[in-house]
Amino acid sequence: MALPSQLGFQDAGSPLMEELLHFHDHALMVVFLISTMVLYIIVAMVTAKLTDKLVLDSQEIEIIWTVLPAIILILIALPSLRILYLMDEINDPHLTIKALGHQWYWSYEYTDYEDLGFDSYMIPTHDLTPGQFRLLEADHRMVIPTESPARVLISAEDVLHSWAVPALGIKADAVPGRLNQTTFIVNRPGVFYGQCSEICGANHSFMPIVVEAIPLEHFENWTSLMSEET
Amino acid sequence: MSETIDEKLKNYRTAPFDARFPNTNQTRNCYQNYLDYHRCNKALAAKDQDQTPCQWYMRVYKSLCPMSWVSCGTSALIVQS
Repeated sequence: MALPSQLGFQDAGSPLMEELLHFHDHALMVVFLISTMVLYIIVAMVTAKLTDKLVLDSQEIEIIWTVLPAIILILIALPSLRILYLMDEINDPHLTIKALGHQWYWSYEYTDYEDLGFDSYMIPTHDLTPGQFRLLEADHRMVIPTESPARVLISAEDVLHSWAVPALGIKADAVPGRLNQTTFIVNRPGVFYGQCSEICGANHSFMPIVVEAIPLEHFENWTSLMSEET
Repeated sequence: MSETIDEKLKNYRTAPFDARFPNTNQTRNCYQNYLDYHRCNKALAAKDQDQTPCQWYMRVYKSLCPMSWVSCGTSALIVQS
């Protein structure tokens, strides 16, 4: 989850998010280097006592400051396109979960084998137990097995919502009448938080998403438990 | 196909990748399988044949389609697509 005064991304929970993180570090470093260089030149120009009024043109520097930016842009574009195509790779999911947005909660459906569906409401602040996170916890989490490619189909039952989990690098709009597909693999067991990312009314800020990744054996126990409960 | 339909149904995990619907919008995928299931049932029933092969389409549309779309009946799915 996000921490107070956090500057960077959350720790990645999926391979795609790891790639995005590393690419962001790379692109940001390029940006910092260019900005530092430009700032240095500005300061040097402003504080210099010498002035030369007769500088007209210079082929050499013109070539350098055309070719170098082109090379830098290629160095940014290549990893970026690599990740873009990686996101569209065809993968064969092991399970399908539907996440449906309502005003103002999410409902999850696991219907590969039997009709398992449940609602996920935010836990109100006055009902939190010590250690739980304000405005992020939900009464029922979307549980998923680790290391298994999963397909999530996102839709909405009333107005637009958006299903987002930053640690897994996922965000997809929940549009009524449409099924948006996103696939991912969770690397490690853990709990990953997200919040509704499309304005949907009074309690838009109070319908969080909680994804809990557990090993496959425990996932099977959980599905049996949930089927009995519902 | 090297697998028989019974083996395929027994080994069913979830709806496999369908090359007809490679993009993000899977609405049509859900609707197509729903239609295919009912058409398959109708066609095989008309010929008095076993309707087991149609179970594949049922498993796929159950995996893909939200329960509320299906429980409302065909009209809800037509509207959605």
